[in-house]
Amino acid sequence: MPTVTLPTIGTEAAFRDAARAQAAAGVPPEALSWHFCSAAPDLFADPAPAPTSGAALTVPKSFVELMRAVVWHADPERFARLYALLWRLRDRPKLMEDRADPALARLRQMEKAVRRDKHKMTAFVRFRELEATGPRRRFAAWFEPSHYTLEPTAPFFAKRFGDMDWVIQTPHLTAHFENGEIRFAEGASKPPLPEDATEELWRTYFSNIFNPARLKVSAMTSEMPKKYWKNLPEAELIPGLIASAQSRARAMEAAAPTLPPVFSDRILAMPKAPDTRPELHRQLAACTRCPLYKDATQAVPGEGPLDAALMIVAEQPGDNEDLAGRPLVGPAGQLFDRIAEEAGLERPAAFVTNAVKHFKFTPRGKRRIHQKPDAGEVEACKWWLEAERQLVKPKLILALGATAAASLTGTGKGITRRRGSVEQTEDGTPVYLSVHPSYLLRLPDAALREAETERFREDLRRVAEMVRGAA
Amino acid sequence: MAPRTLQQKLAILSDAAKYDASCASSGTDRRSSRDGSGLGSTTGSGICHAYAPDGRCISLLKILMTNFCIFDCAYCVNRVSSNVERARFTPEEVVQLTLEFYRRNYIEGLFLSSGIIRSPDQTMGDMVRIARTLRVEHNFRGYIHLKTIPDAAPELIAEAGLHADRISINVELPTDAAVKSYAPEKDPEGIRRAMADVRLRKEASKERSHTGKRPPRFAPAGQSTQMIVGADNSTDATILGQSTRLYSSYKLKRVYYSAFSPIPDASAKLPLIRPPLAREHRLYQADWLLRFYGFDVNEITGSAKDGNLDLDIDPKLAWALANRHHFPLDVNRASREMLLRVPGFGTKTVGRILTTRRHRSLRYDDLTRMGAILKKARPFITLTDWSPGALTDSARLRAAFAPPPEQLSLF
Repeated sequence: MPTVTLPTIGTEAAFRDAARAQAAAGVPPEALSWHFCSAAPDLFADPAPAPTSGAALTVPKSFVELMRAVVWHADPERFARLYALLWRLRDRPKLMEDRADPALARLRQMEKAVRRDKHKMTAFVRFRELEATGPRRRFAAWFEPSHYTLEPTAPFFAKRFGDMDWVIQTPHLTAHFENGEIRFAEGASKPPLPEDATEELWRTYFSNIFNPARLKVSAMTSEMPKKYWKNLPEAELIPGLIASAQSRARAMEAAAPTLPPVFSDRILAMPKAPDTRPELHRQLAACTRCPLYKDATQAVPGEGPLDAALMIVAEQPGDNEDLAGRPLVGPAGQLFDRIAEEAGLERPAAFVTNAVKHFKFTPRGKRRIHQKPDAGEVEACKWWLEAERQLVKPKLILALGATAAASLTGTGKGITRRRGSVEQTEDGTPVYLSVHPSYLLRLPDAALREAETERFREDLRRVAEMVRGAA
Repeated sequence: MAPRTLQQKLAILSDAAKYDASCASSGTDRRSSRDGSGLGSTTGSGICHAYAPDGRCISLLKILMTNFCIFDCAYCVNRVSSNVERARFTPEEVVQLTLEFYRRNYIEGLFLSSGIIRSPDQTMGDMVRIARTLRVEHNFRGYIHLKTIPDAAPELIAEAGLHADRISINVELPTDAAVKSYAPEKDPEGIRRAMADVRLRKEASKERSHTGKRPPRFAPAGQSTQMIVGADNSTDATILGQSTRLYSSYKLKRVYYSAFSPIPDASAKLPLIRPPLAREHRLYQADWLLRFYGFDVNEITGSAKDGNLDLDIDPKLAWALANRHHFPLDVNRASREMLLRVPGFGTKTVGRILTTRRHRSLRYDDLTRMGAILKKARPFITLTDWSPGALTDSARLRAAFAPPPEQLSLF
């Protein structure tokens, strides 16, 4: 009987050409046998005549789809079955729509089996990393599919792992992907692959994502049949996980409720960040987050429009601010206002506030001497500054002095060195760093004061420019 | 205390994430790295790379960024009052784990969630940073699912949607009252507003500007949510009513039902029970009937006595038994809508029936080859060579499907 021999690499195209030619030559299915071999054709086989003409043969698209899957099935009869269907389609082109035709139903089953096998290959191939020999990382895997599915599945891996080299070996065929090219070679026996430390992390993940209270072994094995387990690094854990599941679930149910950890009450007692200005003022007025509330007159909230693009953060209220309940209105504030005006920085358009909301001082006679807030106080009060930042959502923050810098960027060190630069808050808002205007007031040397005032004016000018740029 | 190793953190933070049911990696844009410029691809229906012995698919690296949390939700293992071990990944650690797992073909991508630390914006900001690093720095084209924090700033949600395939926000419990009593810090209205916002952003991302340019895609695989079943006393009718509302109002891709399951160190407020897995399964079946079979929520829950689904038989069969006047149905003539209501017929089977019967009339054996479950369908259909006779109206029909009654335990 004439025999068509199909190669193990490029089987699909070879079958398509051969089937087209044989059908065009009018060879009926019963007069033809199909052979699948990588070696030379069987000596005793009688090779089928080569295609005679390129007569057009049209088949429904759904047949092509079916064929492209079924040629990879392990059933030796697959080519004969496909050719038989092709033969019948010549007279009954609508046959593909008959979902109940027994011969077609059998091929559909085979198609489904191949698709499933391909899908399981995409799911269950596990790569291990090899030593790199060039710029691309290299990975290798061993897999045992039920059908000849490596060739049609290789493009999936090429699409997925485009920036690395990989090789997948199966008993039947090996696929290499190097520098973006897929190449097929003969199959192999299971190679020794190097250990890969990431497998241990994967096993850790697998055993911890499993919920022992919901054991459903059959649901697992129907989707991950045992035949695949031997090449899955995580599968060795399964028997142990199943065995201990019931006792773990029972232990959880039996365990008496424990006392909440000590930090829990403290966290739960924390007020929710206020989301309106009156609410913020109300909560701030009652603040006892640090001891400064005890001696000060009042907590001083920020002021200015809530849609301000610029937020100006000074250090803490001073004597005047503590009495007035408004930020930056004392001598330093007045100095700031004057320089800001000269620099073209519009204070009323900005939201002005302090890093610390209560005045810290030591009484000396009839005077209150300003004290620098310590790190704990700054940290405690940061919560309010963040609440204000949430309300205003400024595009730029101007930090005046080391305390403001500490609260906003995490450190106030080296402020004279850092001034004039733009850093970021934890959430990425830009912070322009400068000195506090009270620094200018404290300078004894008139010339130096003049020079420093000019530098401060220049800072404010740049900030005004940045705000205009951001608007 | 010595700092935790990556492995210890992974153990704690994957354990903390397992109560989120979703692991879907489907329905997003098709992407590929075939040109060698990056890593990863997406397929239409997603891939389950492993299955845990709980029968759940493992498709994504599902982890919490941190399980520190300032909320006290009674049902949650990570609530502030729980003594569970705490850990926190750095964004870089999450990025590396995702990429290395992906390269070995363990996963389809990342499902990142988090406990709420300090402020919602801070938490969400870190999550967005992880997604951005994966996409922009590492050209990662795999799947990313971000669980958003409802109160986070709109800009953060907007950026999350640019990098993530799917965005989700859990409604947690079926009614607002239940959320208030078991998750006092959560705000059901805020959660709904966030879902509405995601829908609007997604719709806006589909509109071309006047120049015909498309805005960047926003969460191409849509949004989903999760409801815990069995922690409060809501009935299935309430739960399915809520799902219908969520599907229609916010165009959710999926509502996940998660049977309330024992957790380590449970709260005294919610005594532990065996997870109602059968109920969860019936809810999913009902959910499918609502979305793909043309059923109305009242039809499904209408026949249930106390508002709960029948646990012994599936909801479609329950509906058919309660509405026998529609049956038996002539498979060779019935409309698509009615065929979809036959127990044992799925959407695929119905499609095959419709194409095949254009050419010839169908017989009993034909249906077996088309994937119908005839054991179930038999009493409700007629074919050229099959008629159920008195079976359709038999009083004992339900008993034929339901499992035999079990004697109650005396102890």
